[in-house]
Order: sequence, then C-alpha cells, then structure tokens
Amino acid sequence: MNAFIALLRKDLVLYFSNRRSVIMSIAAPILIAAFFGSLFGGSGNKPANIPVAITDLDHSELSAKVVAAMRADSALDVSVASEADGLAQVKAGKLRASVTLPAGFGAKAGNALFGGADKPQIVLNYDPSQSMVLPLVRGLLTQHVMQVVSQAAFGGATSAPSAGPAFGVPFSTREIEAGSQPETRYNSYAHSFAGMGVQFILLMGVDMAVGLLLMRRLGLWKRLRAAPLSRSKLLGSRIASTALIALIVFAVIYAVAFAFFKVRIEGSVLGFVAVLVASALLTASFGLLIAALGKTPEATRGLAILATLLLVMLGGAWVPSFIFPAWLQTASLFVPTRWAIDGLDAMTWRGLPMEAALMPVVVLLGFAAAFTALAIARFQWEE
Amino acid sequence: MLEAQGLRKAYGERVAVAGVSLSARAGEVLGLLGPNGAGKSTTVGMIAGLTNPDAGSVTVGGSTLAADEFGYKRRIGLVPQDLALFEDLPALANIELFGALYDLPKATLKKRAMAVLEMVGLADRARDQPATFSGGMKRRLNIACALVHDPDVLLLDEPTAGVDPQSRNAIFDNLEALKRAGKALVYTTHYMEEAERLADRIVIIDHGKVVASGTLAELLRVLPAAQTLAIDIEGTPELAALHRIEGVKQVAFEAGTLTIGLDDLTRSASAVLQAVAASGVAVRHLSSGRANLEDVFLALTGRQLRD
Repeated sequence: MNAFIALLRKDLVLYFSNRRSVIMSIAAPILIAAFFGSLFGGSGNKPANIPVAITDLDHSELSAKVVAAMRADSALDVSVASEADGLAQVKAGKLRASVTLPAGFGAKAGNALFGGADKPQIVLNYDPSQSMVLPLVRGLLTQHVMQVVSQAAFGGATSAPSAGPAFGVPFSTREIEAGSQPETRYNSYAHSFAGMGVQFILLMGVDMAVGLLLMRRLGLWKRLRAAPLSRSKLLGSRIASTALIALIVFAVIYAVAFAFFKVRIEGSVLGFVAVLVASALLTASFGLLIAALGKTPEATRGLAILATLLLVMLGGAWVPSFIFPAWLQTASLFVPTRWAIDGLDAMTWRGLPMEAALMPVVVLLGFAAAFTALAIARFQWEE
Repeated sequence: MLEAQGLRKAYGERVAVAGVSLSARAGEVLGLLGPNGAGKSTTVGMIAGLTNPDAGSVTVGGSTLAADEFGYKRRIGLVPQDLALFEDLPALANIELFGALYDLPKATLKKRAMAVLEMVGLADRARDQPATFSGGMKRRLNIACALVHDPDVLLLDEPTAGVDPQSRNAIFDNLEALKRAGKALVYTTHYMEEAERLADRIVIIDHGKVVASGTLAELLRVLPAAQTLAIDIEGTPELAALHRIEGVKQVAFEAGTLTIGLDDLTRSASAVLQAVAASGVAVRHLSSGRANLEDVFLALTGRQLRD
C-alpha cells in the first residue's frame, strides 16, 4: 500500500508542479464552455439584432407603415437602402437579408388579404451561408405586413370580423440566395474549408513554435547562435519557412476542396492568393510570438493550443459569427482569424472582387507585423 | 589565438562568473576544469558569443565580437554540451547544414563535410540518421558539426558526457589530431582524468573564479605532497604519531581510510606502516599513488571536484 500511495503521490506532485499545465487544463474547458454557453442563450445575453436592409419601391402609406414596423422590431436592425445597395451588402456579408417592397404593394396587399389573386411579390435576398436567419426574417416580415394590412383593411377597428370568405397572406415572397452568381447555389464547404484551413495552419504554427523551443532545449539554438548569422536572418528564415509550409498546407487543403467538394473561387483569384499569403504570414508570426513567450515546450503547447482554439472560435470557424452576441461580434473584429475567414469567404463563394480582399489582407498583415514586433521584443537571445 | 580577460556574468544576485581570464595558443589544449555549476559553460557561452558578459573582453586571432562579430564567429567552432543535432536528418546533412551557416561554397562544403565525417570515423554512416547512432557516435558527430567550417578555435563543452570508454578514446584521438593540426582547443570538463590526459595547460575554476592555472606539473606543486599512501583500517589511528614521521606532509582520516601525503614513498612508507601497526589498528587494504588534480582541487577549495 505504501508503494501505491507513493506512486499516487508522485503523480499528483508532478502534475501540480507544472502550474501552467494545471491552469491550462482548468482554463480551457471553462473558456470554451463559457463561449458556447454565451452563444446559445447563456445567462440572458441579448442576441444580436439581425441586420437587414429594406427598400420601399411603393412609397405608399401602407408600405411606409410596414417599413416603420420593421424598423421598430427589436429583433431586427433595419436600414433603408436602395435595392442594389441592399443586395450588395448581403452579398458582402454585411447584412443577413434585404427586403424589397414592390411598386403597387399598398394597393394590391389590401385586396390580396381578402383572397385577391394579384398578390404583391416581396423580394427577399438572403445570405446563403447564414440561412438559419431566413425563416426568422420571413416570419417577422409576415407578422408586420399582416398587422399593417389588417389594420388598414379594417379601418383601425379593434376587432376583426369573426370570419371571412377567404383570408390569406396578402403577399408572396421570392427568396433569392445572394450568392456570387444567380445560377450558382451556395456551397457550405467553402466556409467550412476556410475555417478549418485557418485553424489547422495556426496549429501548425504552434508546432513550429514548440519546435523552436525544443531546439533551444537540445542545444541546437546555441549552435545556430554561435554561427555568423544576424538575428534577422535567424528569425526571418524561421518566419519564411513557417509561412511557406502554411501556404503549402493551405494550398493542398483548398486543392482537395476544389477537386472533391466543388468549392470555387468565384471572386478574385489574386485576392484569394493574397488572403492565403497574408494568413500564412500571420501563422508564422503567431508561431514566433508563441516561441518568444513560451518557457518550456510542454507548457507552451497547451497554452498555445488554447489560444488558437479561442482565435478560431471567435473568428467564426466553428459557428457563424452572426449568432454571437452583439458585443462578441464587435470584439471578433479584433481577432485576425475573423478577417482571414471573411476574406476567404469573400473570394470564394461570395464572389467579391479584389477590393473586398484588401481590408482582410491589410488587417492580417497588420497583425502579423504586430506579432513579429512583439516576438522580437520578447525573444530571449541570451543562453 | 584566444585571449579572454576579466569575464564576468551575473544573473540577478547570483554571480556565475567573476573575473575569469584565460588564453589558448594555436596547437594547444586548454583544460577548463571545475565541478558542475562552477561557471565553465557560462564562460564558454561568453567566448562563443551566446552570452553577453557584464564585463571583460575576448579576442580570437585579433578579432573581437564588438568590432567584427561575424569574422570572430567564423574563427570559432562550438561543441555544445547537449547533442545539438537534427536527429531526423542524415549525418552528412547535419554537417552540411551547419557548414552552410558559415557561407562555405558548395564544393568546399561537400568536401569538408566528408572530411570531418572521415576524421570522426563516421564516413560509412554518412547517410544514416543520428537517431540510429550510439551515444558515442552522436558525440563524435556533434564534434564534426563544429569542425566543418575549419575554425581556429574549438570550444568543447563537456564533449564526452555519457560516452563509453572506447568512444571517449576515439574522441581524444580526434582532439589530439586537431591539436597537431594547429587548432586551439578549450576543453571544459569535470573529469580530472580527461584534463590530465589532454590538456597542455589547465585552468581550475570554482564558484565562477579561477582558483589555479598552469601545466599539470605546475599545479601539482601547490600540493604539500607529491605522493600518497591510502590505508584502509579498522579502528582509530594515532594521527599525531604519523605527523611526526620525517617526510610526511599531510595526514587525513575519513570513512575508514587513512590518507598520508609523502614527499618520497621509498623513504617514508616503512615508517608510516610501522606507526600504523604500533597504534594497534588492523590494516585491510593498502595502496599508493601520485597526487592528481583531484588533490589539487581539494587542497585549493577544501572540496572534492565531484561534490
């Protein structure tokens, strides 16, 4: 029994003596649980309003009331825009849907409520990557149109007739995926390959960082430092090799996506390559920062994986960012992975031009520069 | 070739090296001897340019780190205490990689890589990964990687740690060949036998300070006695009687062993044995030997070299 207790005690002492590992094993589940809990209701966090554009081509009193009712709805964040602008913003991923009330809506809707055959057709463009929003927007639109049209039809009466000959929904909808090409259907693999690609090249960056710490432990770093090499050459070669590996890994991941999952670059090929290169550089600088901040390979690996998982979760790689609470959606703009995934989405299934890649590329390169600067400042050169 | 003056390094309150000076000439092996934690590796680190000294200076062939960092580093080959090898790269690729860091032309690099592999006796394993090597072979490859750029000064930080006697002898043969080739070697060790065998001059370092330096013969002169008689006994000897014997310079009794330092074994041994017998103790074992660096270290610091 003494031996049993001695062995048990040894394991406990060894485990708890590595404070970073202990913190990691406790912090990781707490942070991930808190993240998912907050996404799916949590402790009463208000979900983010759904950003929607509305276009009133009718300019009638009835259509104006529908627009007003939609704008007053706390579940929606409604902006008034032209039809083209609304559609463009949905395509760019800035809005979830755009609603167009057609000319003649006011005149036709009243008749249609009582069974008139000529129903006005409301156009509903929606973001196909976030199609969960569609039923909600459709339901709220129906609710508000029904209320406004009913009130108008019954002259503001507080009670409607007990029965009618043929009441019906006073409009029809034409729901259109706001994809790159009208004839091309949204391919959900495009988003998932972007998310998982970003996640796994970041994890590769963690491996490279741990490799550098192992080199230090094995004395290889001493040998490199003893050679006539500048610091910029030493760290620059590390950044270049990590970025190149990340780029190759990413290219292979997308090659498989193109070959077997029908993912296509519907937007700018140059923009797509630019986002990949920027993401690879971000990975390399992230790895260097981890190596600069890390003490031991073991403890660093755990913390770095936690940091990576948080980055990809906040970046929307696991669940779409639109279901984040409003504050988290804002916070995620400060997370580089969000820009990497958005940039890849923009260049693949969203089919956006090169300009849409510029901001993600600039942000990713900015993060890469900041990570590199911090890594250089914190790098331990002395042995 | 190598001249270090007043090297000092402190980590917070702890002074690792406190004013170490040493020099090594071409074709000479300088032994840097001291127990673990004495400051040997920190001194080597400062000479190699890995650690910035708080004070002091080092020149190699007239170059200094401050004036000509890359020229200085090209003149030095470092053999770290750890096996600093990429285990998954073949032996030859390891050497070529480290040679490439010194900007050797491709043809020269290939030639030098094979030459150093041959020198350490690993030419037939050039394409094998170090992961498949024995400890001694890895140690030899570790040395070869530091030689590929043909440095003037070789810094060897405990290069035989954990190797079998046969491999150790092979390494010594390599180092003696390098010495004959005119290289200056700085060899750190806590094994006094290695320093005695290899080093032309020895610097003994303890608690970051040089406690003695010179040739083996010069260092042995600090001892009161050139020879020792060790007698394992049962019982307690009369030490005062032993001290009175002519030619006896030192008497110590510890853990059942009586150690007596003598000027001349032939002249004084019989008198010592008679005195021991007269004190009534039983003699279990008797041996004699000449003084060594262990004794020098003990005499200078009051501690065993391997404490």
